[in-house]
Amino acid sequence: MSHSAPDKLVYMANQIGKFFKSQGEAKTVAGVSEHIKKFWDPRMRSQIYAHIDSGGAGLEPQVKAAIEKLKNAETAAK
Amino acid sequence: MSLVHETDYGTPRSKSEKEVTLTIDGQEITVPEGTSIMRAAMEMGTQIPKLCATDMVDAFGSCRLCLVEIEGRPGTPASCTTPVMPGMVVKTQTDRLKKIRNGVMELYISDHPLDCLTCSANGDCELQDMAGAVGLRDVRYGYEGENHVFPKQDGVANLNWLAKDESNPYFTYDPSKCIVCSRCVRACEEVQGTFALTIAGRGFDSRVSPGMQESFLTSECVSCGACVQACPTATLNEKKVIEIGKPEHSVVTTCAYCGVGCSFKAEMRGEEVVRMVPYKDGEANRGHSCVKGRFAWGYATHKERILKPMIRAKVTDPWKEVTWEEAINYAASEFKRIQQQYGKNAVGGITSSRCTNEETYLVQKLIRAGFGNNNVDTCARVCHSPTGYGLGQTYGTSAGTQNFDSVEKSDVIMVIGANPAAAHPVFASRMKKRIREGAKLIVIDPRRTEMVKSAHIDAAYHLPLLPGTNVAIVTSLAHVVVTEKLYDEKFIRERCDWDEFQAWADFVSLPQNSPETVAKLSGVSAEAIRGAARLYATGGNGAIYYGLGVTEHSQGSTTVMAIANLAMATGNIGREGVGVNPLRGQNNVQGSCDMGSFPHELPGYRHISGDDVRHLFEKDWGVTLEKEPGLRIPNMLDAAVEGAFRGIYIQGEDILQSDPDTKHVSAGLEAMECVVVQDLFLNETARFAHVFLPGSTFLEKNGTFTNAERRIQMVRKVMAPKNGYEDWEITVMLSNALGYKMEYSHPSEIMDEIARLTPGFANVSFKMLDERGSVQWPCNDKAPEGSPIMHVNGFVRGKGKFIVTEYVATDEKTGPRFPLLLTTGRILSQYNVGAQTRRTENSMWHAEDVLEIHPHDAEQRGVRDGDWVRLQSRAGETSLRAQITDRVAPGVVYTTFHHPDTQANVITTDFSDWATNCPEYKVTAVQVSPSNGPSTWQQEYEEFSKQSRRILPEAAE
Ligand code: SF4
Ligand code: SF4
Ligand code: SF4
Ligand code: FES
Repeated sequence: MSHSAPDKLVYMANQIGKFFKSQGEAKTVAGVSEHIKKFWDPRMRSQIYAHIDSGGAGLEPQVKAAIEKLKNAETAAK
Repeated sequence: MSLVHETDYGTPRSKSEKEVTLTIDGQEITVPEGTSIMRAAMEMGTQIPKLCATDMVDAFGSCRLCLVEIEGRPGTPASCTTPVMPGMVVKTQTDRLKKIRNGVMELYISDHPLDCLTCSANGDCELQDMAGAVGLRDVRYGYEGENHVFPKQDGVANLNWLAKDESNPYFTYDPSKCIVCSRCVRACEEVQGTFALTIAGRGFDSRVSPGMQESFLTSECVSCGACVQACPTATLNEKKVIEIGKPEHSVVTTCAYCGVGCSFKAEMRGEEVVRMVPYKDGEANRGHSCVKGRFAWGYATHKERILKPMIRAKVTDPWKEVTWEEAINYAASEFKRIQQQYGKNAVGGITSSRCTNEETYLVQKLIRAGFGNNNVDTCARVCHSPTGYGLGQTYGTSAGTQNFDSVEKSDVIMVIGANPAAAHPVFASRMKKRIREGAKLIVIDPRRTEMVKSAHIDAAYHLPLLPGTNVAIVTSLAHVVVTEKLYDEKFIRERCDWDEFQAWADFVSLPQNSPETVAKLSGVSAEAIRGAARLYATGGNGAIYYGLGVTEHSQGSTTVMAIANLAMATGNIGREGVGVNPLRGQNNVQGSCDMGSFPHELPGYRHISGDDVRHLFEKDWGVTLEKEPGLRIPNMLDAAVEGAFRGIYIQGEDILQSDPDTKHVSAGLEAMECVVVQDLFLNETARFAHVFLPGSTFLEKNGTFTNAERRIQMVRKVMAPKNGYEDWEITVMLSNALGYKMEYSHPSEIMDEIARLTPGFANVSFKMLDERGSVQWPCNDKAPEGSPIMHVNGFVRGKGKFIVTEYVATDEKTGPRFPLLLTTGRILSQYNVGAQTRRTENSMWHAEDVLEIHPHDAEQRGVRDGDWVRLQSRAGETSLRAQITDRVAPGVVYTTFHHPDTQANVITTDFSDWATNCPEYKVTAVQVSPSNGPSTWQQEYEEFSKQSRRILPEAAE
C-alpha cells in the first residue's frame, strides 16, 4: 500500500464502503457518507473531493456516490 | 501520617446471606453463616492467637495456636477451621488454653533463630507477636537437638539446614526461619493460582519448596508476591525491606501499569518507597497484585530518568539542558510560529493512557482551546478504539459492561484474542479461581496461551484460528446459536429490535457462515466451533472477555460488534456473571478515551459537531471551538509527510515504538519542525524531538485513573516530583505560554470541571473518592452509587442493535514471498513498550523479544532453537532469536514488542481497522530465514539512537 494521499484515502473509503455494503444496498450510501463526515477531518475530506473532481479513480461506485453526496451537501451549506 | 493497618480477620469473609448468632466471651455477636469462630471473634475486636491462618486464604488448621473452648463440646477445637453455630458459647481465653498455647509457641521458638533484633521482619513478625500474645517467657528446650537453624552443629554439617534462596530479584526465602504454616503455599494456589509451591516432606522434614526443589527464579513462580505477603515471618521477605528497613507510613494509591487498576498501599520511609502492598479494600484487585505493580517501580528512580528540560534546534544536534521557563517558552513560540506560517491546523497533540484523567483532560483542552483545532488523539487509537466504536454502535456505551467481581458468578467464560495471564494477571487469577470452582473456559486465540492449559485449568475448547479470521469465527458461533435455536427470544423481544434481529439472524444463518465453511478459512474444526457455541449459549451465565487480538485488525470494529451481537442473542447482558468486557492494555486507556482524547469527540463521547455540547464547553472554556473533527495519529503522520502538519505535543507516549510501520512514523516525525515530548525517559520518539519536558511518575502526582471496569480510583502523591512538576502543571505552563490561560491549584479542581461538563461524571469528586475508595461511572443523580453493571434494565442506547458482520479477508495476505502470518502479543513481566519495566529487575524474566515458530516451519527453514533469524515483511525487516514451540500453529509466528532493539513494528504494515484506523498489528505476512545477528538497519538504528541521545554537559558558569 502506498502512502501517497489519494491512494490511501481511496483505500480507506472503499474499506468503509465494504462494511456498509454488507448492511444492505439501501443503507450503503448514507452509511458511508455519515461515517466519513463524522470521522474524517476537513483536510482529508477536501483531498478526497479533489480526487473525485479529477475522476475519482479507484473508488467503488457507491462509495463515490456517498462522497459526492457529502461534497454537495457541504458546498450547499457554504 | 502513619501506616494504614488492615485488620486480618484470619479467614475469608463468608458470602452467605443467612445469619447466625452466638456468644463469644460472654458477648453476643451475629455473623453470616459459614464464618469461622476466629473471624467472628475478630469482628467484635477479639484477636485469637493464630499463626497458620490469614484472611487471604482458606483456613488449614495446622498450628494449633488458635484453640478455643466451646460449651458442651469436648476438647479444644481450632477456631480457624470451626464454623459458627447458632447459640454456640465460646471461650477464647482459659487457663487450659493458655497452657496449650504456651507449649505450642515454646516448640516453635525452640526451632527458630533468636536474632530478632537484626531480623528484617523485626516489628512486623507474627511469630514475635504471638510469643508476646501468649506470654511466652522462657523456652525450656535448647538448640542442642535437631533443628533447622544452624548450618553446622558440633562442627558437622546440619542436614536439616537449607541455604537462603536469593534468586528472585525482589524477595528472599530463608528456610531457617520457616515455621511451615503453609500460608505461602495456599496463597500461591488460592490467590494467584500458579501452584508453584509445595510442602515437600513430612513432619519435622517438611519444607516449603518451589516446584521440584528448584530455585524461585527457575520455578513456575511468576513473582506475584502473594506468598511474601502471606508469610508471617521473615522467611519470605522483600529485599527492599531487608535493605531499607520497616516502613513508617503508607498511602493508598493505584498501580500505573495495566488496565486492572490494582489498589496498593505505598509503604514509605520518608520519601523512599519501601514496598507496595496490595490493598484489601481495592475493589478491582481485592488484595492481590502482579510482579509489575508490586515490585517493578524502581524505574521511578532509575539513573536514566531525565529530570531537566532540554531543547535543540535540529534533531541531529545534541540536547542542551535549559530552565523550565526557557523550554516552555521555546515550545510555545515554535507552535505559534508554525501556526502563523502553515495555518492553525498544522499542529496537534497526543494524550497519554498512562497519565491521569486530569492530565489527559488538560492536554485535550490545550489542543482544542489553546491550539484552536481538534488534532488530538491518543494511543488508545492503536489498541481499543474499535471497542469504543463497536460497543457504542450496538449498546450505546464505549466501555465494558461488568465489574471484575462479576466473574465470580460466571459459568462459561469466553476469552477472545487476549492472554490475561500475561497482560491482566490479577484479573486472570480471579478468573482462574472461578474456573477451578467449575466454570467452563473457551479460548479463541491463534496461540495456545497460558490460559488454555495451566495448573488445574483446562479449556473446554481452544479455537486456534488463523490470525485475521475473528469475524468469521464469531459470526459462525452466532450461526450455530441461531440455526440450532439456542437464542434467548424473550430477552431479544424485550430489549432489542426484533426486526433487526431477524435480519441479522437471516444473515448469520447463510451457509457462508456455517462452521463447516468457516473451518476451511480459519483452520478451526467445525465441531469445535459448534461445541463452543453450544456451551456458551446453554452453559448458564456466559461472559466474554476480549483483548487486542480482537481490536487490532482491519475488521476490529466488526469483531467487537459480532461479539456484542452474540451476547445479546444469548441474553448474556445486564446482570452479574455475564457481559462483554474489553481487557484494556494500559492503566488509563479507559480514562483517556472518556476524557475526550479522540479528535471527533469531546469528553463523555459526544461528537464535536453537536452544537449544544460544543456550546457548553465554549462557555466554560471561554473560547470558540472548531466544529470539524481533527486528525487522528496516522492522519497526522500522513499530513506531516505531505508538509501540512509541522508540530506536535506528545505527553507520555512513545509512538515511534508503539505505532505500526516504524519507518512511516519516523518519516512523519522527521518532517515536523517542533516535536515536544513529555516523558520520563528519552524514549524512541524523543530521537525526533526538539523539546524534551521531563515528566513525573505516578508516585509523584495526585489524580485519578479509570480502569477497564470503568472504576475511577485515586492516585496519590507519595513523594515530590523529581523533575520539579506534576505532568498537569507542565501542561498548564505550556498553555499559559501559548496565551490560553489555565488556572488550577490542585487536580481536584480539574476533576470538578470534568464533573461539571460530563454527565457520566456528574457526582464524581476527589472528596467522594476519598470517602468511598472508588466508583464506577456513570455516577450521577440517576446512579448515585455508580454503575457496577451496565444495561441492567435495557440498553443505554434504547434498544440493543444487531448489526450484520460480514467477514472481509484482510488485504495483508500470505504468498510465496511472505508465506507465514506474524501475530504479536505481550508477556507478564514486561509492560507495553517496556520503557519502565526494562528499567527494573523484571528484565531477568524477559531479556529480549523472541520469535515463536512451529517446529515444522523451523525445520523447513533450517532454523534451530535460539538461532538468530531474519523476519521480513512488505514493510521492513528485523532480526531476533527464534524459539521453537508448538504453542503456535504451523504457518503462524509470534513475537512480543517490548524491546526497542527488536523493533517488531518495523515489520507491521499500515493496514488498519476500517472504522477507526486502529492498526492491524495482529496480522502481518512475513518470511523467516536464518541470519547471523542484528540487521544492518538495527545496527544503524542503534548508532543513530546513541547520537540522538547526546546531552551537552552544562556550560561552566
Ligand atoms: S511469588 Fe506468587 S507465583 Fe511465586 S511462589 Fe509466591 S505466590 Fe507463587
Ligand atoms: S515460608 Fe512463610 S508462609 Fe511459607 S510456610 Fe514458611 S513461614 Fe509459613
Ligand atoms: S500491572 Fe495490572 S495486574 Fe499488575 S499490579 Fe498493576 S494493575 Fe495490577
Ligand atoms: S491459626 Fe488456627 S490452627 Fe493455626
